[in-house]
Amino acid sequence: MSAHAIALDRVTLARDERVVLSEVSAAIMPGEFVGVFGPNGAGKTTLLQAILGILRPTAGEIRVFGQIPARGFREAGYLPQQRGSATDVRLSGRDFVASAVDGERWGLPFPSRCASAEVDRAIATVEAQALAERPLCELSGGELQRLLLAQALLGRPKLLLLDEPLISLDPHFQQSIVALVKRIQQTEGVTVLFTAHELNPLLGAMDRVLYLARGRAALGSVDEVITAEVLSRLYETPIDVLRVNGRIVVVSAEGVVEADAHRHDEHHA
Amino acid sequence: MLEYEFMRTAFLAGGVVAIVGGAVGYFLVLRNLAFAGHALSHVGFAGATGSVLLGLTPLWGLVAFTLAAAIAMGWLGTRLRSRDVAVGIILSLALGLGVLFLYLYSTHATQATTILFGNVLGVGLDTLWALLALSVLSLAALAFISRPLLFATLAPELAEAKGVSLRLVSILFLAVVAIAVAEAAQVVGVLLIFALMVGPAAASLRLTSSVSWGIGLAVLLALAETWAGIALAYATDWPASFWIVLSSCIVYFGSAIKRPQRQVDREHTD
Repeated sequence: MSAHAIALDRVTLARDERVVLSEVSAAIMPGEFVGVFGPNGAGKTTLLQAILGILRPTAGEIRVFGQIPARGFREAGYLPQQRGSATDVRLSGRDFVASAVDGERWGLPFPSRCASAEVDRAIATVEAQALAERPLCELSGGELQRLLLAQALLGRPKLLLLDEPLISLDPHFQQSIVALVKRIQQTEGVTVLFTAHELNPLLGAMDRVLYLARGRAALGSVDEVITAEVLSRLYETPIDVLRVNGRIVVVSAEGVVEADAHRHDEHHA
Repeated sequence: MLEYEFMRTAFLAGGVVAIVGGAVGYFLVLRNLAFAGHALSHVGFAGATGSVLLGLTPLWGLVAFTLAAAIAMGWLGTRLRSRDVAVGIILSLALGLGVLFLYLYSTHATQATTILFGNVLGVGLDTLWALLALSVLSLAALAFISRPLLFATLAPELAEAKGVSLRLVSILFLAVVAIAVAEAAQVVGVLLIFALMVGPAAASLRLTSSVSWGIGLAVLLALAETWAGIALAYATDWPASFWIVLSSCIVYFGSAIKRPQRQVDREHTD
Protein backbone atom coordinates (compact mmCIF):
# COMPACT_ATOMS: atom_id res chain seq x y z
CA MET A 1 0.00 0.00 0.00
CA SER A 2 1.18 3.44 -0.86
CA ALA A 3 0.89 6.31 1.58
CA HIS A 4 0.10 8.62 -1.30
CA ALA A 5 -3.39 9.59 -2.37
CA ILE A 6 -2.22 9.76 -5.98
CA ALA A 7 1.10 8.51 -7.28
CA LEU A 8 2.07 9.10 -10.91
CA ASP A 9 5.12 7.10 -11.96
CA ARG A 10 6.55 8.21 -15.34
CA VAL A 11 3.05 8.42 -16.75
CA THR A 12 2.51 9.11 -20.44
CA LEU A 13 -1.01 10.01 -21.53
CA ALA A 14 -2.17 10.23 -25.11
CA ARG A 15 -5.45 11.31 -26.64
CA ASP A 16 -6.26 10.49 -30.25
CA GLU A 17 -2.65 9.33 -30.81
CA ARG A 18 -1.34 12.70 -29.61
CA VAL A 19 0.88 12.57 -26.54
CA VAL A 20 -0.55 15.03 -24.00
CA LEU A 21 1.63 14.30 -20.98
CA SER A 22 4.99 12.62 -21.24
CA GLU A 23 6.70 10.68 -18.41
CA VAL A 24 5.14 12.73 -15.63
CA SER A 25 5.92 11.71 -12.07
CA ALA A 26 4.19 13.27 -9.07
CA ALA A 27 2.92 12.28 -5.65
CA ILE A 28 -0.04 13.86 -3.90
CA MET A 29 -0.62 13.29 -0.20
CA PRO A 30 -4.00 12.38 1.32
CA GLY A 31 -5.98 15.47 2.32
CA GLU A 32 -4.07 17.84 0.04
CA PHE A 33 -5.78 20.55 -2.00
CA VAL A 34 -3.92 20.72 -5.30
CA GLY A 35 -4.70 23.35 -7.93
CA VAL A 36 -4.07 22.07 -11.47
CA PHE A 37 -3.17 24.75 -14.03
CA GLY A 38 -1.80 25.04 -17.52
CA PRO A 39 -2.71 26.39 -20.94
CA ASN A 40 -5.57 25.00 -23.03
CA GLY A 41 -4.79 21.50 -24.22
CA ALA A 42 -2.05 21.02 -21.62
CA GLY A 43 -3.80 17.89 -20.38
CA LYS A 44 -5.71 18.95 -17.26
CA THR A 45 -8.90 17.10 -18.20
CA THR A 46 -6.89 14.20 -19.63
CA LEU A 47 -5.00 13.82 -16.34
CA LEU A 48 -8.24 13.79 -14.29
CA GLN A 49 -9.76 11.19 -16.61
CA ALA A 50 -6.65 9.02 -16.24
CA ILE A 51 -6.87 9.27 -12.45
CA LEU A 52 -10.54 8.25 -12.72
CA GLY A 53 -9.55 5.24 -14.77
CA ILE A 54 -11.50 6.33 -17.87
CA LEU A 55 -8.26 6.74 -19.84
CA ARG A 56 -5.36 4.31 -19.56
CA PRO A 57 -1.78 5.60 -19.59
CA THR A 58 0.22 4.52 -22.65
CA ALA A 59 3.24 4.15 -20.37
CA GLY A 60 3.94 4.37 -16.65
CA GLU A 61 1.60 3.68 -13.77
CA ILE A 62 -1.04 5.61 -11.86
CA ARG A 63 -1.99 4.53 -8.38
CA VAL A 64 -4.83 6.05 -6.41
CA PHE A 65 -4.78 5.09 -2.73
CA GLY A 66 -2.51 2.23 -3.78
CA GLN A 67 -4.88 0.86 -6.46
CA ILE A 68 -4.81 1.09 -10.21
CA PRO A 69 -8.00 3.02 -11.04
CA ALA A 70 -10.57 1.53 -13.40
CA ARG A 71 -13.85 2.81 -14.82
CA GLY A 72 -16.46 2.95 -12.10
CA PHE A 73 -13.82 3.70 -9.44
CA ARG A 74 -15.72 4.47 -6.23
CA GLU A 75 -12.99 6.29 -4.29
CA ALA A 76 -13.16 9.30 -6.59
CA GLY A 77 -15.88 11.92 -6.87
CA TYR A 78 -15.91 13.70 -10.21
CA LEU A 79 -17.25 17.03 -11.40
CA PRO A 80 -16.91 16.94 -15.20
CA GLN A 81 -16.24 20.05 -17.21
CA GLN A 82 -18.73 19.26 -19.92
CA ARG A 83 -22.17 19.30 -18.46
CA GLY A 84 -25.18 17.42 -19.72
CA SER A 85 -27.58 19.34 -21.88
CA ALA A 86 -30.60 18.26 -19.85
CA THR A 87 -30.34 21.09 -17.32
CA ASP A 88 -33.14 23.12 -18.93
CA VAL A 89 -35.87 20.95 -17.44
CA ARG A 90 -38.29 21.55 -14.58
CA LEU A 91 -36.93 18.61 -12.57
CA SER A 92 -36.00 19.60 -9.05
CA GLY A 93 -32.39 20.00 -8.03
CA ARG A 94 -32.87 17.17 -5.58
CA ASP A 95 -33.99 14.71 -8.25
CA PHE A 96 -31.04 15.81 -10.38
CA VAL A 97 -28.57 15.03 -7.57
CA ALA A 98 -30.42 11.80 -6.77
CA SER A 99 -30.10 10.54 -10.36
CA ALA A 100 -26.39 9.98 -9.66
CA VAL A 101 -26.82 7.85 -6.54
CA ASP A 102 -26.12 4.25 -7.57
CA GLY A 103 -27.02 5.45 -11.07
CA GLU A 104 -24.81 2.80 -12.62
CA ARG A 105 -26.99 -0.02 -11.31
CA TRP A 106 -29.89 -1.43 -13.30
CA GLY A 107 -33.35 -0.97 -11.87
CA LEU A 108 -35.97 1.66 -11.08
CA PRO A 109 -34.81 5.25 -10.56
CA PHE A 110 -36.35 5.61 -7.11
CA PRO A 111 -33.66 5.79 -4.40
CA SER A 112 -33.87 3.59 -1.32
CA ARG A 113 -34.21 5.23 2.10
CA CYS A 114 -30.48 4.84 2.61
CA ALA A 115 -29.67 6.36 -0.80
CA SER A 116 -32.14 9.15 -0.09
CA ALA A 117 -30.34 9.97 3.16
CA GLU A 118 -27.05 10.08 1.24
CA VAL A 119 -28.56 12.55 -1.25
CA ASP A 120 -29.73 14.75 1.65
CA ARG A 121 -26.27 14.60 3.23
CA ALA A 122 -24.51 15.61 -0.02
CA ILE A 123 -26.96 18.47 -0.57
CA ALA A 124 -26.49 19.67 3.01
CA THR A 125 -22.69 19.50 2.63
CA VAL A 126 -22.80 21.97 -0.25
CA GLU A 127 -25.47 24.05 1.57
CA ALA A 128 -27.91 23.62 -1.30
CA GLN A 129 -31.06 22.62 0.62
CA ALA A 130 -32.98 25.60 -0.77
CA LEU A 131 -31.69 25.03 -4.32
CA ALA A 132 -32.70 21.38 -4.19
CA GLU A 133 -36.37 22.39 -4.05
CA ARG A 134 -36.16 24.53 -7.16
CA PRO A 135 -36.42 23.43 -10.80
CA LEU A 136 -33.09 23.03 -12.62
CA CYS A 137 -34.06 25.41 -15.40
CA GLU A 138 -34.35 28.27 -12.90
CA LEU A 139 -30.88 27.84 -11.39
CA SER A 140 -27.92 30.01 -12.29
CA GLY A 141 -24.57 28.57 -13.37
CA GLY A 142 -23.13 28.95 -9.87
CA GLU A 143 -26.15 27.28 -8.26
CA LEU A 144 -25.97 24.40 -10.73
CA GLN A 145 -22.28 24.05 -9.90
CA ARG A 146 -23.18 23.44 -6.25
CA LEU A 147 -25.52 20.61 -7.24
CA LEU A 148 -22.83 19.08 -9.47
CA LEU A 149 -20.50 19.24 -6.49
CA ALA A 150 -23.15 17.47 -4.40
CA GLN A 151 -23.27 14.72 -7.06
CA ALA A 152 -19.50 14.39 -6.84
CA LEU A 153 -19.76 13.98 -3.05
CA LEU A 154 -22.24 11.08 -3.17
CA GLY A 155 -20.82 7.95 -1.58
CA ARG A 156 -18.24 9.93 0.44
CA PRO A 157 -15.29 9.69 -1.95
CA LYS A 158 -11.79 10.15 -0.51
CA LEU A 159 -10.73 12.05 -3.60
CA LEU A 160 -12.49 14.89 -5.41
CA LEU A 161 -11.58 15.56 -9.03
CA LEU A 162 -13.07 18.91 -10.01
CA ASP A 163 -12.69 19.92 -13.64
CA GLU A 164 -12.97 23.69 -14.11
CA PRO A 165 -15.71 24.32 -11.56
CA LEU A 166 -15.11 28.06 -11.85
CA ILE A 167 -15.58 28.29 -15.59
CA SER A 168 -18.02 31.02 -16.68
CA LEU A 169 -18.77 32.06 -13.10
CA ASP A 170 -18.35 35.65 -11.96
CA PRO A 171 -15.80 36.38 -9.18
CA HIS A 172 -18.39 36.34 -6.40
CA PHE A 173 -19.61 32.82 -7.31
CA GLN A 174 -16.01 31.71 -7.89
CA GLN A 175 -15.07 32.67 -4.36
CA SER A 176 -18.06 30.90 -2.83
CA ILE A 177 -17.29 27.66 -4.72
CA VAL A 178 -13.60 27.78 -3.70
CA ALA A 179 -14.52 28.44 -0.05
CA LEU A 180 -17.02 25.57 -0.14
CA VAL A 181 -14.50 23.10 -1.58
CA LYS A 182 -11.88 24.26 0.93
CA ARG A 183 -14.31 23.66 3.80
CA ILE A 184 -15.19 20.18 2.52
CA GLN A 185 -11.48 19.35 2.15
CA GLN A 186 -10.84 20.38 5.74
CA THR A 187 -13.90 18.93 7.46
CA GLU A 188 -14.09 15.66 5.50
CA GLY A 189 -10.35 15.20 5.01
CA VAL A 190 -10.70 14.59 1.27
CA THR A 191 -7.94 15.05 -1.28
CA VAL A 192 -8.86 17.66 -3.90
CA LEU A 193 -7.61 18.12 -7.44
CA PHE A 194 -9.09 21.37 -8.75
CA THR A 195 -8.37 22.47 -12.33
CA ALA A 196 -8.68 26.13 -13.23
CA HIS A 197 -7.55 28.69 -15.76
CA GLU A 198 -6.58 31.28 -13.18
CA LEU A 199 -4.33 30.96 -10.17
CA ASN A 200 -5.68 33.87 -8.21
CA PRO A 201 -9.09 32.59 -7.06
CA LEU A 202 -7.35 29.54 -5.56
CA LEU A 203 -4.36 31.26 -3.95
CA GLY A 204 -5.59 31.13 -0.37
CA ALA A 205 -7.18 27.69 -0.66
CA MET A 206 -4.69 25.35 -2.32
CA ASP A 207 -1.82 23.61 -0.58
CA ARG A 208 0.18 22.95 -3.73
CA VAL A 209 0.16 23.64 -7.44
CA LEU A 210 0.42 21.15 -10.30
CA TYR A 211 1.39 23.09 -13.41
CA LEU A 212 1.11 21.37 -16.79
CA ALA A 213 2.63 22.67 -20.02
CA ARG A 214 4.15 21.14 -23.14
CA GLY A 215 3.71 17.58 -21.91
CA ARG A 216 5.56 18.20 -18.66
CA ALA A 217 4.48 18.92 -15.12
CA ALA A 218 5.78 20.78 -12.08
CA LEU A 219 4.37 20.10 -8.61
CA GLY A 220 5.12 22.18 -5.54
CA SER A 221 4.01 25.12 -3.45
CA VAL A 222 2.94 28.31 -5.22
CA ASP A 223 6.27 29.92 -4.33
CA GLU A 224 8.20 26.96 -5.70
CA VAL A 225 6.32 26.48 -8.97
CA ILE A 226 5.00 29.88 -9.97
CA THR A 227 8.41 31.38 -10.59
CA ALA A 228 10.02 32.77 -13.71
CA GLU A 229 12.58 29.97 -13.66
CA VAL A 230 10.23 26.98 -13.36
CA LEU A 231 7.61 28.30 -15.78
CA SER A 232 10.24 29.34 -18.35
CA ARG A 233 11.59 25.81 -18.26
CA LEU A 234 8.09 24.30 -18.61
CA TYR A 235 7.03 26.55 -21.47
CA GLU A 236 10.50 26.60 -23.09
CA THR A 237 10.14 30.33 -23.50
CA PRO A 238 11.01 33.27 -21.23
CA ILE A 239 8.23 33.83 -18.67
CA ASP A 240 7.94 36.52 -16.01
CA VAL A 241 5.92 36.25 -12.84
CA LEU A 242 4.61 39.51 -11.39
CA ARG A 243 3.11 39.82 -7.94
CA VAL A 244 0.73 42.72 -7.57
CA ASN A 245 -1.22 43.32 -4.34
CA GLY A 246 -1.18 39.64 -3.42
CA ARG A 247 -2.23 38.61 -6.93
CA ILE A 248 -0.05 36.82 -9.45
CA VAL A 249 0.24 37.66 -13.13
CA VAL A 250 2.21 35.36 -15.41
CA VAL A 251 3.46 36.99 -18.62
CA SER A 252 5.47 35.74 -21.56
CA ALA A 253 7.05 37.58 -24.46
CA GLU A 254 3.79 37.02 -26.39
CA GLY A 255 1.54 38.40 -23.67
CA VAL A 256 -0.30 37.43 -20.52
CA VAL A 257 -0.29 33.66 -19.87
CA GLU A 258 -2.13 33.56 -16.61
CA ALA A 259 -4.52 36.34 -15.77
CA ASP A 260 -8.16 37.00 -15.18
CA ALA A 261 -9.10 36.36 -18.78
CA HIS A 262 -11.93 33.84 -19.05
CA ARG A 263 -11.37 31.09 -21.53
CA HIS A 264 -14.34 28.81 -22.05
CA ASP A 265 -13.14 26.91 -25.01
CA GLU A 266 -10.78 24.25 -23.83
CA HIS A 267 -10.89 21.49 -26.41
CA HIS A 268 -10.98 17.86 -25.68
CA ALA A 269 -12.31 14.84 -27.42
CA MET B 1 -71.11 2.19 -25.41
CA LEU B 2 -69.36 -0.47 -23.35
CA GLU B 3 -71.98 -3.01 -24.33
CA TYR B 4 -70.18 -3.49 -27.65
CA GLU B 5 -67.19 -5.78 -27.65
CA PHE B 6 -65.27 -3.65 -30.19
CA MET B 7 -65.60 -0.67 -27.83
CA ARG B 8 -64.37 -2.66 -24.83
CA THR B 9 -61.43 -3.90 -26.91
CA ALA B 10 -60.72 -0.36 -28.09
CA PHE B 11 -60.68 1.00 -24.54
CA LEU B 12 -58.42 -1.82 -23.35
CA ALA B 13 -56.04 -1.57 -26.32
CA GLY B 14 -55.91 2.23 -26.05
CA GLY B 15 -55.33 2.01 -22.31
CA VAL B 16 -52.49 -0.49 -22.61
CA VAL B 17 -50.79 1.54 -25.32
CA ALA B 18 -51.28 4.82 -23.45
CA ILE B 19 -49.55 3.49 -20.33
CA VAL B 20 -46.51 2.47 -22.36
CA GLY B 21 -46.53 5.63 -24.47
CA GLY B 22 -46.71 7.90 -21.41
CA ALA B 23 -43.94 6.16 -19.48
CA VAL B 24 -41.56 5.71 -22.42
CA GLY B 25 -42.42 9.19 -23.69
CA TYR B 26 -41.30 10.76 -20.40
CA PHE B 27 -37.73 9.59 -20.97
CA LEU B 28 -37.98 10.26 -24.71
CA VAL B 29 -38.79 13.95 -24.11
CA LEU B 30 -36.28 14.24 -21.25
CA ARG B 31 -33.57 12.98 -23.60
CA ASN B 32 -34.63 15.42 -26.36
CA LEU B 33 -35.35 12.47 -28.63
CA ALA B 34 -38.92 13.34 -29.60
CA PHE B 35 -38.03 13.30 -33.28
CA ALA B 36 -36.27 9.95 -32.98
CA GLY B 37 -39.68 8.51 -32.08
CA HIS B 38 -41.15 10.18 -35.15
CA ALA B 39 -38.34 8.83 -37.33
CA LEU B 40 -38.83 5.29 -36.02
CA SER B 41 -42.51 5.41 -36.87
CA HIS B 42 -41.69 6.34 -40.48
CA VAL B 43 -39.42 3.33 -40.76
CA GLY B 44 -42.21 1.30 -39.21
CA PHE B 45 -44.52 2.26 -42.09
CA ALA B 46 -42.38 0.23 -44.53
CA GLY B 47 -42.39 -2.66 -42.07
CA ALA B 48 -46.15 -2.55 -41.63
CA THR B 49 -46.96 -2.41 -45.36
CA GLY B 50 -44.29 -5.02 -46.07
CA SER B 51 -45.90 -7.49 -43.71
CA VAL B 52 -49.32 -6.81 -45.24
CA LEU B 53 -47.76 -7.74 -48.57
CA LEU B 54 -46.46 -10.98 -47.06
CA GLY B 55 -49.86 -11.71 -45.57
CA LEU B 56 -48.78 -11.05 -41.95
CA THR B 57 -50.25 -8.72 -39.34
CA PRO B 58 -48.87 -5.16 -39.78
CA LEU B 59 -47.94 -5.06 -36.07
CA TRP B 60 -45.11 -7.59 -36.44
CA GLY B 61 -43.61 -5.85 -39.45
CA LEU B 62 -43.75 -2.61 -37.48
CA VAL B 63 -42.00 -4.15 -34.50
CA ALA B 64 -39.28 -5.75 -36.66
CA PHE B 65 -38.51 -2.60 -38.65
CA THR B 66 -38.65 -0.15 -35.73
CA LEU B 67 -36.45 -2.41 -33.58
CA ALA B 68 -33.84 -2.77 -36.32
CA ALA B 69 -33.84 0.99 -36.95
CA ALA B 70 -33.66 1.72 -33.20
CA ILE B 71 -30.61 -0.48 -32.71
CA ALA B 72 -28.90 1.15 -35.70
CA MET B 73 -29.72 4.62 -34.32
CA GLY B 74 -28.44 3.74 -30.86
CA TRP B 75 -25.28 2.25 -32.31
CA LEU B 76 -24.53 5.29 -34.45
CA GLY B 77 -25.45 7.58 -31.56
CA THR B 78 -24.16 11.14 -31.72
CA ARG B 79 -22.74 10.54 -35.19
CA LEU B 80 -26.34 10.80 -36.43
CA ARG B 81 -26.87 14.28 -34.99
CA SER B 82 -24.91 16.08 -37.66
CA ARG B 83 -26.37 13.96 -40.47
CA ASP B 84 -29.98 15.06 -40.47
CA VAL B 85 -30.06 15.22 -44.27
CA ALA B 86 -28.92 11.60 -44.61
CA VAL B 87 -31.42 10.54 -41.94
CA GLY B 88 -34.20 12.46 -43.68
CA ILE B 89 -33.44 10.80 -47.01
CA ILE B 90 -33.46 7.33 -45.42
CA LEU B 91 -36.83 8.14 -43.81
CA SER B 92 -38.18 9.20 -47.21
CA LEU B 93 -36.92 5.92 -48.62
CA ALA B 94 -38.78 4.06 -45.86
CA LEU B 95 -42.03 5.86 -46.69
CA GLY B 96 -41.37 5.31 -50.40
CA LEU B 97 -40.92 1.58 -49.85
CA GLY B 98 -44.14 1.59 -47.86
CA VAL B 99 -45.95 3.13 -50.83
CA LEU B 100 -44.43 0.52 -53.16
CA PHE B 101 -45.52 -2.35 -50.91
CA LEU B 102 -49.04 -0.93 -50.79
CA TYR B 103 -49.09 -0.63 -54.58
CA LEU B 104 -47.96 -4.26 -54.97
CA TYR B 105 -50.74 -5.32 -52.60
CA SER B 106 -53.41 -3.28 -54.30
CA THR B 107 -56.56 -5.00 -53.03
CA HIS B 108 -56.76 -3.22 -49.67
CA ALA B 109 -56.66 0.54 -50.05
CA THR B 110 -57.96 1.05 -46.50
CA GLN B 111 -54.85 -0.62 -45.06
CA ALA B 112 -52.84 2.49 -45.90
CA THR B 113 -55.10 4.82 -43.92
CA THR B 114 -55.17 2.41 -40.99
CA ILE B 115 -51.39 2.17 -40.86
CA LEU B 116 -50.86 5.89 -41.34
CA PHE B 117 -53.59 7.22 -39.06
CA GLY B 118 -54.56 4.30 -36.87
CA ASN B 119 -57.94 2.71 -36.22
CA VAL B 120 -58.29 1.85 -32.57
CA LEU B 121 -61.95 0.89 -33.01
CA GLY B 122 -60.84 -1.82 -35.45
CA VAL B 123 -58.44 -3.55 -33.09
CA GLY B 124 -59.23 -7.25 -32.78
CA LEU B 125 -58.75 -9.56 -29.81
CA ASP B 126 -55.57 -11.07 -31.31
CA THR B 127 -54.01 -7.64 -31.58
CA LEU B 128 -55.14 -6.77 -28.05
CA TRP B 129 -53.29 -9.79 -26.67
CA ALA B 130 -50.23 -8.97 -28.75
CA LEU B 131 -50.31 -5.38 -27.48
CA LEU B 132 -50.62 -6.59 -23.91
CA ALA B 133 -47.59 -8.89 -24.29
CA LEU B 134 -45.51 -6.17 -25.94
CA SER B 135 -46.49 -3.71 -23.20
CA VAL B 136 -45.43 -6.02 -20.41
CA LEU B 137 -42.15 -6.64 -22.23
CA SER B 138 -41.38 -2.98 -22.91
CA LEU B 139 -42.40 -1.78 -19.43
CA ALA B 140 -40.26 -4.49 -17.81
CA ALA B 141 -37.31 -3.48 -19.99
CA LEU B 142 -37.88 0.20 -19.18
CA ALA B 143 -38.03 -0.55 -15.45
CA PHE B 144 -34.78 -2.48 -15.73
CA ILE B 145 -32.85 0.28 -17.50
CA SER B 146 -34.53 3.36 -16.02
CA ARG B 147 -31.98 4.18 -13.30
CA PRO B 148 -28.87 4.24 -15.52
CA LEU B 149 -31.05 5.80 -18.24
CA LEU B 150 -31.97 8.73 -15.99
CA PHE B 151 -28.35 9.10 -14.83
CA ALA B 152 -27.03 8.98 -18.41
CA THR B 153 -29.65 11.52 -19.47
CA LEU B 154 -29.09 14.08 -16.70
CA ALA B 155 -25.34 13.70 -16.11
CA PRO B 156 -23.81 11.81 -19.05
CA GLU B 157 -20.14 12.60 -18.32
CA LEU B 158 -20.43 11.58 -14.68
CA ALA B 159 -22.41 8.47 -15.63
CA GLU B 160 -19.68 7.44 -18.03
CA ALA B 161 -17.03 7.95 -15.35
CA LYS B 162 -19.07 5.76 -12.99
CA GLY B 163 -19.04 2.93 -15.48
CA VAL B 164 -22.37 3.39 -17.31
CA SER B 165 -22.07 2.46 -20.98
CA LEU B 166 -23.86 5.37 -22.64
CA ARG B 167 -24.11 3.48 -25.93
CA LEU B 168 -25.61 0.35 -24.35
CA VAL B 169 -28.17 2.41 -22.41
CA SER B 170 -29.03 4.34 -25.57
CA ILE B 171 -29.48 1.18 -27.68
CA LEU B 172 -31.63 -0.51 -25.02
CA PHE B 173 -33.77 2.59 -24.57
CA LEU B 174 -34.32 3.06 -28.30
CA ALA B 175 -35.34 -0.61 -28.53
CA VAL B 176 -37.99 0.09 -25.86
CA VAL B 177 -39.05 3.19 -27.83
CA ALA B 178 -39.31 1.05 -30.98
CA ILE B 179 -41.78 -1.32 -29.32
CA ALA B 180 -43.75 1.58 -27.87
CA VAL B 181 -43.90 3.25 -31.30
CA ALA B 182 -45.10 0.03 -32.95
CA GLU B 183 -47.82 -0.24 -30.30
CA ALA B 184 -48.85 3.40 -30.49
CA ALA B 185 -49.16 3.07 -34.27
CA GLN B 186 -52.02 0.58 -33.67
CA VAL B 187 -53.99 3.35 -31.96
CA VAL B 188 -53.04 6.61 -33.67
CA GLY B 189 -51.11 5.38 -36.73
CA VAL B 190 -47.49 5.98 -37.69
CA LEU B 191 -48.00 9.64 -38.58
CA LEU B 192 -49.55 10.68 -35.26
CA ILE B 193 -47.12 9.03 -32.82
CA PHE B 194 -46.30 12.44 -31.35
CA ALA B 195 -49.80 12.69 -29.88
CA LEU B 196 -49.37 9.64 -27.67
CA MET B 197 -45.66 9.50 -27.00
CA VAL B 198 -44.62 13.13 -26.89
CA GLY B 199 -47.66 15.28 -26.05
CA PRO B 200 -48.57 13.81 -22.62
CA ALA B 201 -44.93 13.43 -21.56
CA ALA B 202 -43.97 16.94 -22.61
CA ALA B 203 -46.97 18.38 -20.73
CA SER B 204 -46.07 16.33 -17.67
CA LEU B 205 -42.45 17.53 -17.75
CA ARG B 206 -43.76 21.08 -17.68
CA LEU B 207 -46.14 20.46 -14.79
CA THR B 208 -44.05 18.30 -12.43
CA SER B 209 -40.63 18.59 -10.84
CA SER B 210 -39.99 15.03 -9.70
CA VAL B 211 -39.31 11.91 -11.71
CA SER B 212 -41.96 9.74 -10.05
CA TRP B 213 -44.75 12.33 -10.37
CA GLY B 214 -43.57 13.10 -13.87
CA ILE B 215 -43.87 9.51 -15.10
CA GLY B 216 -47.16 9.10 -13.25
CA LEU B 217 -48.74 12.20 -14.72
CA ALA B 218 -47.48 11.38 -18.24
CA VAL B 219 -49.21 7.99 -17.99
CA LEU B 220 -52.41 9.52 -16.60
CA LEU B 221 -52.55 12.19 -19.29
CA ALA B 222 -51.92 9.66 -22.06
CA LEU B 223 -54.69 7.43 -20.63
CA ALA B 224 -57.15 10.31 -20.25
CA GLU B 225 -56.46 11.66 -23.75
CA THR B 226 -56.77 8.23 -25.37
CA TRP B 227 -59.97 7.25 -23.58
CA ALA B 228 -61.51 10.67 -24.16
CA GLY B 229 -60.62 10.32 -27.84
CA ILE B 230 -62.25 6.88 -28.10
CA ALA B 231 -65.39 8.04 -26.27
CA LEU B 232 -65.69 11.15 -28.45
CA ALA B 233 -65.20 9.00 -31.56
CA TYR B 234 -68.13 6.84 -30.43
CA ALA B 235 -70.27 9.89 -29.74
CA THR B 236 -69.47 11.78 -32.94
CA ASP B 237 -68.47 9.03 -35.39
CA TRP B 238 -65.38 11.06 -36.24
CA PRO B 239 -62.01 9.22 -36.20
CA ALA B 240 -60.66 8.41 -32.71
CA SER B 241 -57.17 9.45 -33.89
CA PHE B 242 -58.43 12.97 -34.53
CA TRP B 243 -59.91 13.30 -31.04
CA ILE B 244 -56.80 11.84 -29.38
CA VAL B 245 -54.50 14.21 -31.27
CA LEU B 246 -56.77 17.15 -30.48
CA SER B 247 -56.88 16.41 -26.74
CA SER B 248 -53.12 15.86 -26.68
CA CYS B 249 -52.65 19.22 -28.34
CA ILE B 250 -55.02 21.02 -25.95
CA VAL B 251 -53.36 19.51 -22.87
CA TYR B 252 -49.86 20.29 -24.13
CA PHE B 253 -50.60 23.93 -24.91
CA GLY B 254 -52.58 24.20 -21.67
CA SER B 255 -49.49 23.17 -19.75
CA ALA B 256 -47.43 25.68 -21.70
CA ILE B 257 -49.77 28.55 -20.76
CA LYS B 258 -49.32 27.79 -17.09
CA ARG B 259 -45.63 28.66 -17.22
CA PRO B 260 -45.03 31.07 -20.04
CA GLN B 261 -41.52 31.97 -18.90
CA ARG B 262 -40.01 28.58 -18.50
CA GLN B 263 -36.38 29.42 -18.43
CA VAL B 264 -34.39 32.15 -16.79
CA ASP B 265 -31.55 33.57 -18.77
CA ARG B 266 -28.66 31.77 -17.18
CA GLU B 267 -26.02 34.03 -18.73
CA HIS B 268 -27.45 37.09 -17.06
CA THR B 269 -27.89 35.74 -13.56
CA ASP B 270 -24.21 35.00 -13.02
